[in-house]
Amino acid sequence: MRTISPRRTASPAPRRRTAAVGVAAVACLAVSVAACSSSGSSTASSSSSSSSSANPLAPKATGAVVVGSANFPEDELLAQIYVDALQGKGVKVTPKFNIGAREVYYPEIEKGAITIIPEYNGALLTTSVDPTSTAASTEEVNAALKAKLPSSLEILNSSSAEDKDSITVTQATAAKYHLTTISDLSPYAKDFVIGGPSEFQTRADGLVGLKKIYGLTFKSFSPLDESGPITISALQSGKVQAADLFTTTPQIVTDHFLSLADPKNLFAAQNITPLVYKAGVNSTIVSTLNAVSAALTTEALVQMNKALTVDHASYTQVASGFLSQEGLN
Amino acid sequence: MSWAWANRDQIAHLLVSHLYLALVPVLFGIVVSIPVGIMCVRYRWTWPPILSLTSIFYALPSLALYLVLIDYTGLTDWTVIIPLTLFSLSVLIPSVVDGLRSVPQPVRQAATAMGFGSMRQTVRVELPLAIPIIIAGLRVATVSSISLVSVGQLIGIGGLGYFFTDGEQRDFPTEIYVALVLIVILAFIADGLLVLARRWLTPWERGRSARDRRRVFSAAFHGSRAEGSV
Amino acid sequence: MSFFNIAWQWLISAHQWHGADGIPVRLGQHLVYTGIALGIAIVIALPAGLAMGHLRRGGFAVVTLANFGRALPTLGLLVLIFVLTAGSVASWLVPLTFLAIPPILVNTYEGVLGVDPELTDAARGMGMTGRQVLFKVEMPIAVPLILLGLRISAIQVVATATIAAYIGLGGLGRYIIDGLASDQYNEVAGGAAVIVLLALAVQGVFILLRWLIVPVGLRRQTQNS
Repeated sequence: MRTISPRRTASPAPRRRTAAVGVAAVACLAVSVAACSSSGSSTASSSSSSSSSANPLAPKATGAVVVGSANFPEDELLAQIYVDALQGKGVKVTPKFNIGAREVYYPEIEKGAITIIPEYNGALLTTSVDPTSTAASTEEVNAALKAKLPSSLEILNSSSAEDKDSITVTQATAAKYHLTTISDLSPYAKDFVIGGPSEFQTRADGLVGLKKIYGLTFKSFSPLDESGPITISALQSGKVQAADLFTTTPQIVTDHFLSLADPKNLFAAQNITPLVYKAGVNSTIVSTLNAVSAALTTEALVQMNKALTVDHASYTQVASGFLSQEGLN
Repeated sequence: MSWAWANRDQIAHLLVSHLYLALVPVLFGIVVSIPVGIMCVRYRWTWPPILSLTSIFYALPSLALYLVLIDYTGLTDWTVIIPLTLFSLSVLIPSVVDGLRSVPQPVRQAATAMGFGSMRQTVRVELPLAIPIIIAGLRVATVSSISLVSVGQLIGIGGLGYFFTDGEQRDFPTEIYVALVLIVILAFIADGLLVLARRWLTPWERGRSARDRRRVFSAAFHGSRAEGSV
Repeated sequence: MSFFNIAWQWLISAHQWHGADGIPVRLGQHLVYTGIALGIAIVIALPAGLAMGHLRRGGFAVVTLANFGRALPTLGLLVLIFVLTAGSVASWLVPLTFLAIPPILVNTYEGVLGVDPELTDAARGMGMTGRQVLFKVEMPIAVPLILLGLRISAIQVVATATIAAYIGLGGLGRYIIDGLASDQYNEVAGGAAVIVLLALAVQGVFILLRWLIVPVGLRRQTQNS
């Protein structure tokens, strides 16, 4: 009687299975090796050029200029403008957009993993460089930055374009109560509901600052969004009488809102300023970026934001539109 | 959908990134869970602590884990891949154990009688028979992984999830729709491919009656335990 | 300083425990949102699962729904409804509830379906009506799986409610979202730590419930659940 040996009764199926498992294992190893050797972050890149691909098998660009951006549309737009302007001058650029936290990208630019990032000088100063600073005007802020930035970093020329917080009211409210500056709110603040992003309640230049510098106490605070559709509709509908809006919010122009003047400088200057890693930039890059900063105005930024959020144009379209208009590409 | 066509480059780029972030953890998960699962079956005392550990990882919200990792990995792909791997393990290890344990005793006895040694028995007999249940777990892990990647967008690493935050910031629902639909489609395709893989790997199940298939389906289903995931 | 150090420093600072944005208030909010969504989901999914399991119908629909619920990105759903409804209550209530339904439905269905047919046979033989079989035989035996479904769903809702802070919801997710927005990493770390603790606590509550409610014999039988 023939004994049935396991080997002889093994059908082709187990071999196929073993082969499948083997292939899978090799694939796993290949992917993990590639993943280990690639360092890139799979961030959104709206440029069609040599982008930091998420494909782990693509070679990492070395020596190329890395332009980073923070995680919101305006900064991504500015970074895209920088990218396009630099590429127009023949510089090889790697975009690395949408980095989720300044906590992360600041150390990265400090050590040169990022080369350029569009910054807001006031926020840069108080968040990453010198939290105790009380500098308020553009000149003061930039002087403080130049004094306190680590040696590997520098700021290039500030643009006149600014995107700062503001206390904004509707045209009707401004007319009714004769409001032009934030101080004009003092008799009415206790009857006003003020709205803004959630962190406005605790920020030093939020409700806290309004009380300390202007002596204002509001009836209540309504947490909304970061100068987005919720805040805008709350202001329009009268759900809030005043709101914290960024000065480049397109609806300020399209809906004829009024941003109250801030003579006591509650909100520090926030000029668009390129922050760069010194060793990573040359004179071409510096002059290109300075030219962009010179051409950039708050009005232009408002128009570009409108194209992005109201007309839903793409970042690349808006960026190249601006650059051709200014003859910078 | 003209927006989708106009931006197809960016969409394609993010789709590839999304799949990479979703599937690498599942691959890692499989590679680790099979030996660990085998160990848990052979050395019964290891199973309760490992089960507790995987339960814990299953319960933790993915966003919290991404944030914990930032300190150690910065903001790189690993920040998302490591937590998703842990999540996959929390689904796959129990599946492997369930699958191996589901092999009927008579089959094991027959294999021993035929001369299979212990390790060979596990690999050549029990593991293949466990495939339906393991693949059921794999389906859960893969679908969940593809969905969970988008949560990473809150720290800037979210593949197609980028369109969720950008769409919210720009008041642009079209972007959100497209990304949502794409992610769900990807998940269903992956799921379908795994079902096909199971059929390919288990030829002995073909031609079974509907009732038998339902019984296996139910057992596989039980193994998957239809978990949700965030 | 590592994540754990930062989180610990933030947690033990007295400031976090007082006021409208203190941990107790936000924890309370989080539990309220979770409770509401879970409650609605139970009202919808539990009867449906029991009925479908008892009648042995609709298995395919249940599985597909489970798959769909798992595949649907939570952030995407939240953001979509938020943008479409300009921030109404539906923008968090609908996604939270919708994502809570599949685990309860599927596990209840599975639990009832998996009851040994000999038992239901015997029950019918004893003269029980369909409804009596369901409530006196099938449901009690299905309890371990029903509890599992509830546990999975609860965890799901806690995690989704965290993410819902992105569209303006209160609760513990606020620490993470606000912290990220204002670059306060200690707040982010602390918030993440509290959420992890909450998730573990929820897990613990359900394990306790299982120990209390499910009889020992059943518990041992469904050990791996």
